[in-house]
This record gives sequence, C-alpha cells and structure tokens, in this order.
Amino acid sequence: MGGSWRVEGPGGKKPPGHVVVEAQGLVKAFGGARAVDGVSFRVRRGECFGILGPNGAGKTTTVRLIHGFSPLTAGSLRVFGLDLATDGRAIKARIGVCQQDNNLDPDLTVQENLEVFARYFDLPRREARARADRLLAFIALEHRRHAPVSQLSGGMMRRLVLARALINDPDLLILDEPTTGLDPQSRHQVWGKVQELKGRGLTVLLTTHYMDEAARLCDRLLIVDHGRVLVEGPPAELVATHVGQEVIEIEDPHPELVSRVRAEGWSHEELPHRLVVYAGAGEEVYRRLGEACGRGGCALRVATLEDVFLKLTGRDLRE
Amino acid sequence: MSGRRLTWRFVRVWQRDLTVYRKIWKISLLPPLLEPLLYLAAFGVGLSGLVGAMPHRGTLVPYLEFIAPGLLAINIMQNAFFETTYGSFVRMVYQKTFGAILATPLSVEEVIAGEIAWAATKSVIATAIMMAVITPFGLIQYPEGLLILPLALLGGLAFGAVGMVFTATLPSIEVFNLPTFLFVTPMFLFGGTFFSTERLPPWAQVVAQGLPLTHLAEAARGLALGRLEVALWWNLAYLTVFLGVVFPVALVLMRRRLIE
Repeated sequence: MGGSWRVEGPGGKKPPGHVVVEAQGLVKAFGGARAVDGVSFRVRRGECFGILGPNGAGKTTTVRLIHGFSPLTAGSLRVFGLDLATDGRAIKARIGVCQQDNNLDPDLTVQENLEVFARYFDLPRREARARADRLLAFIALEHRRHAPVSQLSGGMMRRLVLARALINDPDLLILDEPTTGLDPQSRHQVWGKVQELKGRGLTVLLTTHYMDEAARLCDRLLIVDHGRVLVEGPPAELVATHVGQEVIEIEDPHPELVSRVRAEGWSHEELPHRLVVYAGAGEEVYRRLGEACGRGGCALRVATLEDVFLKLTGRDLRE
Repeated sequence: MSGRRLTWRFVRVWQRDLTVYRKIWKISLLPPLLEPLLYLAAFGVGLSGLVGAMPHRGTLVPYLEFIAPGLLAINIMQNAFFETTYGSFVRMVYQKTFGAILATPLSVEEVIAGEIAWAATKSVIATAIMMAVITPFGLIQYPEGLLILPLALLGGLAFGAVGMVFTATLPSIEVFNLPTFLFVTPMFLFGGTFFSTERLPPWAQVVAQGLPLTHLAEAARGLALGRLEVALWWNLAYLTVFLGVVFPVALVLMRRRLIE
C-alpha cells in the first residue's frame, strides 16, 4: 500500500457502527422552494455512504449543508458528534471536500495548490510539504508537480482535487459528483483511489447520478428526488427489494405483448421502443414471454440499481 | 458558525495572494515604476510651465511638488480598488477560489478581510516603488515622507474595502465599469490630485471634502512636503472613520452574497 494517506498514527480500520454524520429532518429552502425537504440519514464510521438522485434532486444542497456552506432552514446536523450550528469550524477542520466545480487555484502550480490549501488548516510548512509529496505520489502526479493546473487533463484535475481534500488528513471525505464529465479511464482511476481510501478505513459521503458508481463504491445509499428520500439501503438489497434479481427487456415490443404483460399484472415499465418487466420475473415469466416475443429482441438480464432508480424516480427528463 | 467569525486566520488568505504575487511580481512592478515617470514627464514638461504653482493650505507649492503626492494617492487608491474589484471578483466567480476556501475552517469574513488586507499590501508595495522612483527628483521630504507608507496601508484598506462592497453587490464583471466611471474617475480628477480643491466653486469644495481620495491626497501632500500640520489629523480621522464604516459593510454584504 505504500505510505498511508494518514501522516501520523497507525490509521487503519476503525470499528464500524460509530456514527460520523447524523442528519435529522434536514430542510433547506431557497425563497419558497424547498431544495431539501426533510432528509434524514446516518453515515457510520468507515463506510461509503451514497446520495443518489437525478439532477436537481437536492444532492449537492444536502452535502453543502454539511461542509458548512449554507445554513439549515430546519432540522439538525451533527458531524463527529458535534453540532454543525455551533462547532462548524471544528467540524470543517476534520473533513475533506471535493466540490463538484473544479475550483483548483489556477494561479498556482499543482504542488502549490496542495501547500497553500494546507495553510488553511494551519499545517506547518514542512508538514505541508511532506503531505503534498505523499499525496502527489498517491495520485501519481509527482511528475507534474510544477505544472500550472490549467495544463492538467480533466482526470488529473479531479485527482488533484481529491488529493487536496486529503491534505488535512480528514476523518470524513465528501465527494460531490466526483467523476461527472470524466472519460471512462479517468473514472476508473478515481474509483480506484476512493476504494483504496475506503480500504484504509476512511469514511466517505458521496453524491452521484451514476448508478455504476453508486453500486461500485457505496456500502449504503439513499435515493433522493425532489429533496426527499425515496429509499435507503445497501445497493444489492435495494435492487432485490424493488425490482428483484432479474428483469426482462424487450426491444420494440408488439402491442399485443404489451397488453398481455398488462393483463398478467406483472410489474413493468413501458419505455419508447422498450418494455422492461420486473417482478422477480425469473425463468417462468421469461419462457412465457419468450414464446410471445417471437424473433429476438427479448433478453433476461441481472437487475441493476439503474432499474431501481428509474422505477422510483420516473423517466421524465431532468434539466 | 458561531464563535468569532473574524480571527487572525485571515492571514492565510493574505498569504495565498502573496504566493501568487511572488510568481508574477516582475509584471506587477512595471506600472508603479513607469506610470509616475510618464505622469511627471507629461505634467512636468507639458503643464508645469503653464501652471507654475498651486495653492496648498495658504502657501504656493511648485506644480510638480503638488502633483507628486497626488499621484501617490491615486496609486494607493487604484492598486487597492482594482485588486478587490476585478481581482477578487475573478477569484470569487470565475476561479471559485472563495468556494474552495470556505470548505476549510476559514470563514467568509476571514476570506474577505484577507483579500482587503492583501489589496492594502499591494498599495504599500506600489507606493514604496513609486516613492523610490520620484525621490531623486526631490519631490518628497524625509523623514516625514516615510510616513506615506503607513498612510498607504490605511488608504489601501479603505479603498480595498470600498472595492469589496462593489464586488459584493455587482452582478457581473462588465458592470464594474460603473463604479470606475462614477466613483474612481471623478475622484481621480477632482480629489485634490492634479489641482487644488481650493480652485473649485464652494459647493464643489464641499463635495470634494466628502471624497476619501481628497483626504488621502491631502495627507500624502502634507507628508511629502514635510508639513506635519493639524489638518493631517483631520485627514487621517476621516480615512479611519471611512474604513470603520465601509469594512464591516463589505463583510456583511459578502456574507450575504456567498452564503446561500
């Protein structure tokens, strides 16, 4: 594993079960509109907790409440057992935040971005340098340490944002849509780093609208929409509960087939040019549908979080 | 966040700006180095003969000696004002630097105080350079003239705070032409810089006495001429009160703008 991201102390896994974030009835209103409307959850030490939702669901607003950017309209928020309303500074000293915007300092080089950020946490110069070196190795950007950040690729910038969020050796890492806009290679690199941190016991709170990201990284997650929690649980459990193990997907279904699915009362979703049948469908339904399907275009596949997500949040386009 | 919102931590933001400045200091040096020479050449060669001398608190002062402190005052104003308008606005809106810092233990008030402190520091640096350039022309009396440096700090804080008020309230960078045109340019011309406010009609003299640059220029002139007069205290008091009012306003408006 090389050097731990922890600079002093053994780091390593901490006993699970301890609550790091306790959010109760969070409400955030802008003018009359409630961007977050009664959200409650707990993040336990050492887990990766996800907030999953379509654009505009209130994910970013929720995590912003935590990194102290924006005061609560109602509800209570405790981090590390401290009340955010009274101990904001102490809390922020112990969290690392990757905001959605690329807000690296363009006036500074890669290394300076880390060292200047370290000063905001009152790290002494030598300590800052040592941590910057370690973090540059961690994100494999040692060779670009003197480059201006404008010369980095999108993936490199994201990794640097991640490294910067680790400069204070945080007890909680907040990732707000960490891979939005990245190419597949860069996404996998970021995921790899997050998994590595998770493996070392770091508590992670993540927002995303990517199902594969949530399924891959999160131990537990919330699905939110319109500022409210729809469901909460481990990804696999949510899939099993809400759509079953498998789904049947039929391309360009014949109208007769659609009416038959309706008649049988199978849980299903009608999309343009596509019919998805849930209900823990299984072999029997598949066989019977297969007969009706005729030639091809009918597939039995493993259900995913995406099926849960679309089933719960609907299919309207979000702008 | 409870507790004190403004602590010594503002120094961290000041340090950030200094780190950036140290990378580009060679370019930042040129304007204060060359501008006074251009102005002195233009006014010294072009106007001085026509104007001769200017009245200043009951005496006549040779024109070059009159405008040199005026140029110092303008330099103090512009360095601080443009740093907390264009400079801070770019960092706030385009670079999202403030947003990144606010996710650390620093508060809005500390970020803004750090920016204003940096703006004032730039004024002091620019003033020191400009003084070095014009001193050989015998335009500044020492040791009194050295007090122009702490004066630059006070003036820089005052104009930095005003600039920050505009940054907190204006919607886009294009609109900054407005305070430049309505606030900076009139002071630049009528704030006792290029000619004595005593030459203004009485009503305009009253207006000029309300402008911070008038007091900064008067104070700088008193010090450059080596005249430590009672009027100097009045100028300093005005600038101090001005800062005392505008600085908290800048903090409050910025909190309103940044914290949603």
